[in-house]
Amino acid sequence: MNALELTINGSRVDASGIDPNTTLLNFVRSKGLTGSKEGCAEGECGACAVALLRPDADGGCRYEAVNACLCLVAGLAGAEVLTVEGIGSSESPHPAQMALMQGGSQCGYCTPGFAVSLFCEYHRTDRTGPINLEALCGNLCRCTGYRPIAEGALSLGLPQASAFTARLEQPAPPVPALEYAHDGRRLTRPSSLADLFAALTADPDAKLVAGGTDVLCEINIRHARYQHLVSLDGIPELQRLLWTDDALEIGAGVSISTLEAALGNRIPLLAELFPLYASRLIRNRATLGGNLGTASPVGDSSPVLLALGASVRLESVRGERTVPLQEFFTGFRKTALEVGEIVTAIVIPTTTATHQRFFKIAKRGRDDISTVSVAIALEVSGGVIRNAKFGLGGVAATPARAFNTEAFLVGKPLELGVMRDAGRILESEFTPLSDHRGSAAYRSAMLGQTLERFIAGLEVSA
Amino acid sequence: MSRIVGRAVPHESALEHVTGAALYTDDLGVRLTNLLHAWPVQAPHAHALVTRLETTAALEVAGVVRVLTAADVPGENDTGPGKRDEPLFPSEIMFHGMWVAWVLADSEEAARLGAARVVVEYEVLPVVVTLKDAIAQKSFHTEAGGISRGDADSALETATRRLSGEFFIGGQEHFYLETNAALAYLDESGQLFLQSSTQHPTETQEIVARVCDLDKHAVTVQCLRMGGGFGGKETQANVWACVAGLGALLTKRPVRVRLNRTLDMTFTGKRHPFLGKFEVAFDASGKLEGLRLELFSDGGWSLDLSDPVLWRAMFHSDNAYLIPHFQVIGTVCKTHKTSQTAYRGFGGPQGMLMIEEIISRVAQTLNLEPDAVRERNFYVDGDETHYGQRVGGAERIGRIWDELKVSSSYASRRDEIRSFNSSHAHAKRGLAITPVKFGISFTATFYNQAGALVLIYKDGSVLVNHGGTEMGQGLHTKILQIAAQTLGVPLTTVRLAPTRTDKIPNTSATAASSGTDLNGAAVRNACETLKARLSHVAAQRFGTAAADVVFENGVIYPLGAPEKAVDWKSVVMNAYVQRVQLFSDGFYRTPNIHWDKAKGKGDAFYYFAYGAAVSEVEINTFTGEYQTRRVDILHDVGDSLSPLIDRGQIEGGFYQGMGWLTLEELVWNADGRLVTNGASTYKLPSLHELPETFNVNFLTRAGQDGVIYGSKAVGEPPFMLAISVREALKDAIHSLGRQVVSLASPATPEAVYWALEAQRETVAPLELETV
Ligand SMILES: Cc1cc2nc3c(=O)[nH]c(=O)nc-3n(C[C@H](O)[C@H](O)[C@H](O)COP(=O)(O)OP(=O)(O)OC[C@H]3O[C@@H](n4cnc5c(N)ncnc54)[C@H](O)[C@@H]3O)c2cc1C
Ligand code: FES
Ligand code: FES
Repeated sequence: MNALELTINGSRVDASGIDPNTTLLNFVRSKGLTGSKEGCAEGECGACAVALLRPDADGGCRYEAVNACLCLVAGLAGAEVLTVEGIGSSESPHPAQMALMQGGSQCGYCTPGFAVSLFCEYHRTDRTGPINLEALCGNLCRCTGYRPIAEGALSLGLPQASAFTARLEQPAPPVPALEYAHDGRRLTRPSSLADLFAALTADPDAKLVAGGTDVLCEINIRHARYQHLVSLDGIPELQRLLWTDDALEIGAGVSISTLEAALGNRIPLLAELFPLYASRLIRNRATLGGNLGTASPVGDSSPVLLALGASVRLESVRGERTVPLQEFFTGFRKTALEVGEIVTAIVIPTTTATHQRFFKIAKRGRDDISTVSVAIALEVSGGVIRNAKFGLGGVAATPARAFNTEAFLVGKPLELGVMRDAGRILESEFTPLSDHRGSAAYRSAMLGQTLERFIAGLEVSA
Repeated sequence: MSRIVGRAVPHESALEHVTGAALYTDDLGVRLTNLLHAWPVQAPHAHALVTRLETTAALEVAGVVRVLTAADVPGENDTGPGKRDEPLFPSEIMFHGMWVAWVLADSEEAARLGAARVVVEYEVLPVVVTLKDAIAQKSFHTEAGGISRGDADSALETATRRLSGEFFIGGQEHFYLETNAALAYLDESGQLFLQSSTQHPTETQEIVARVCDLDKHAVTVQCLRMGGGFGGKETQANVWACVAGLGALLTKRPVRVRLNRTLDMTFTGKRHPFLGKFEVAFDASGKLEGLRLELFSDGGWSLDLSDPVLWRAMFHSDNAYLIPHFQVIGTVCKTHKTSQTAYRGFGGPQGMLMIEEIISRVAQTLNLEPDAVRERNFYVDGDETHYGQRVGGAERIGRIWDELKVSSSYASRRDEIRSFNSSHAHAKRGLAITPVKFGISFTATFYNQAGALVLIYKDGSVLVNHGGTEMGQGLHTKILQIAAQTLGVPLTTVRLAPTRTDKIPNTSATAASSGTDLNGAAVRNACETLKARLSHVAAQRFGTAAADVVFENGVIYPLGAPEKAVDWKSVVMNAYVQRVQLFSDGFYRTPNIHWDKAKGKGDAFYYFAYGAAVSEVEINTFTGEYQTRRVDILHDVGDSLSPLIDRGQIEGGFYQGMGWLTLEELVWNADGRLVTNGASTYKLPSLHELPETFNVNFLTRAGQDGVIYGSKAVGEPPFMLAISVREALKDAIHSLGRQVVSLASPATPEAVYWALEAQRETVAPLELETV
């Protein structure tokens, strides 16, 4: 089937004839919807933000702001998209747009993106108070200094009934199976794991796309062009979240935002991670499966999951296996995944850790890649450390556990002197590299500092 | 009378901005058929000779139409804005990733694939990457030049205290959200028409004409608006316009050039990195006695605007301080990097940061409060700068300082911070106040001119043309206010035409914060001319003297008799019927400025803009990460023409300055490749860094004589208020020890961490020499 349609601003749009590697941003702009801007093409600036209608937990739907530069048009077949033009016009601007008119725009280039992010936050169905400004932290503005944007956003009340709110009562558009081809290139969107494995068996070279926040950077920045893309968006098995007696199983395709909402504070390390992870725009698309699949040594979920003692469930047409996360990373951007195999779930055992902290050190406090990250999970009883797990990012070719430091700590009292010694061991356990994010010396120093910071944090909260 | 000037109106395009209806250069491309897209062939070396260029394979790619090379240039193969040192198609590669040729194709994809097929061979040459290497190898664009007053040498010799040191200041990427773009086509009259995201349409026109061998009257450049410029599109929009223009001329098809972010950051110049070496003499109270300052700027591969940028740095390395014996000399270094260019402040920030750094080192050396040392050295009325210009309005420095200290509770917060720091082992707060004095005018005197053309149509509607470009700074908003105010009509009666070179010729760049001063005055002159003509028409109708006709809010009446008001439109119609000319030009040139570069003396600036800021930060001493907790600004905008716009310029300028001094770090590797060439590696401040409290006030009783409606330029000066953030960080770091803080710029968390470490170790104070 080569039909490719989606709904943009309420109209059905025929997109057939495009290369499967085409981004939503380039597509809407080519259709004359030039309100969406490209400021970076790598998910950093939010000038391209558009709203997607996505299913809500209770059968309705919600507006989700995403980076159009990081979405594949073909991957969105059947979706409903609102661009800035679709949320309001000069004749009847949306309140989220009007809120940006008192100094919130100067050159105006970032403004459509802010309007869309704000629109989605304005209509957030569980919002009972003011706008959460975190929703705007994935949008960059070079002109205003943000104060008028923030003030405008905070001036908004709760939404009045409108066509926009009415739409949220209805279900989200379904995500049917799709096989789209153009000029020898394809995008497959299977609707079950079985179909996925069939597709991967037929074409072991196919490129998996979950949220696409990494894959699309390859397309946009490094000009990768994939012959066959396989979208994981339509596979219900990957969207599950399952609590069992002794573990939490997170489907590899669950978006970080969904996870954030579903977990709340139940796993403190994850609760600490999520706000530090990229931006709302990215979290709305990015998945844990993709974060592990890309196996970046500076990825943020890995250290946390390592400290939580997580495993990954790997499945292929040949069956499934469960691998402890530290064995999943086999080298720089290499994993234990075999041909045709995917991550289907992340399994987090019920932890006995009494102390959990995640430290992400980066140049910018939000939406920046870690220079160093350290996740700590300690089980302490009677003042003595019974169990210790450290997950580290940015200090080795892969995300890593700190086995020496962990071994040193077990059986020792939780106190400053011990932590200082442990810090020295931690520093010597790794030899990080220098790059534009930070020098090797700084990274090493941060390892030692983190443990002191950890214990100081305990003193403050005690 | 309800004044339009001075009213807090939103940006004239705000509604179009928020709805996405506002059009930018690259939004126009999809509206054209038969469009060609351009993509560059890039060199993988920072310095090399092109020994072979073979383009035929590119033409085999479906959709590729043509590859542009030097052989295609009918005119001069050079886009240098002043010096002719910028070949459009280079035979010598001068920085990593430089374009060699441009491929034109039916789609960007095809152009990109075509570019990958072009075969280029190189002879690799040695590179000069860092400023220090350039200095060591004497790789210079200019000879050392400078400004001198008194006798710095003997002041240093006889001083009781001396300090010497070096300070490196990092550059800055403009990161206008809209990357460079140009669109060219032969229009219906056969002329070459360009849409360009340029701050200087006249220069873009000139250089396209030069390259294409056309008369300027056969080239028209239009700039609808820019998605940010900040100086980055003052000269550096020209190359892309030339590629588009040349392509359109040769193929007879519309050609679009748009740099994506990676190309934009790889190709275009940035704020100049600077290295300063100083020796300063002072007394025990911190009063400066003499200063010898040597500046080296990193100009990159070509000269561009580096010379005036360096001079502005030298003009501003006094900031608000009287330095009795002062010698500053500067040299532009040549490196194999992008050609560094204008950026908000135009060297002023680097010069000013240098003296602020020196003063705070002096204060810390003497263990004195930096604000007291600053204050002690302020210019007062009657003082002259080191280049011999009287510091007009110098009393404002002290007035702003005192008022801001009170409104920001500076003194009591210093005490609070002291006690906070003594009770918190792992968090340190710092507080600092810094002043700004910034000279307004182009230092190339002839640029200080502007033209306007104002048309009144029979229905009374008014169309204003002027030579300035809109890049978000609110120039057009202010111009509309000025025109409406002068003509006495509502804002809605006036419309602004897009900036085009066929309306106002020979314009200057919209730069140096001068856009409103110059163009606003020209527009007002045109409006005054028209109003005078209409006054005569109305005077006849009322039977009064022309001088007694009042224009207000769309009606016209005899002075003292508003009940006799008649509609503006009807008077316009009367004028038309009476064959009175309903359009006028307007012209303005800044009076009383004069600058003699050879002597290093003169009144370089028409006036000075002043301001000061107090910033408070908190550092996490484990990591060097920090937050800006509170900012208080008092700034001199004269009588504000447009308070919402002016406040936006202050806040936005401050924030951008804060980015320069804190987060934004340009990293080139040893091969000369810019490693931070995208948004994922080069970090701008986001909303998250917004201070919890951000108070901005305008100085009152501030009207500026001789400037349009008593206002003052506001685009650049607030940028430098951000130096207070850096100084607050140093204050916080200083609380950990007693030695002079050595903090790199930008003060990234890592830089702060190392400064903290040095402070914790408290090695012997640096470079202190007491005689
Ligand atoms: C602006 C921006 C900010 C970011 N900030 C952060 C950050 O703060 N912290 C951080 O850790 N990361 C960050 N990232 C990286 C990125 O968002 C994450 O790595 C993300 O989790 C990837 O998920 P995805 O679903 O989008 O992956 P995709 O792009 O869809 O896939 C990534 C890779 O994993 C593979 N893959 C996807 N799903 C599976 C699966 N189920 N099984 C096997 N392989 C799979 C894909 O083939 C691909 O190679 C950021 C990215 C951007 C663009
Ligand atoms: S273009 Fe910058 S986030 Fe999409
Ligand atoms: S208004 Fe220019 S980038 Fe935000």
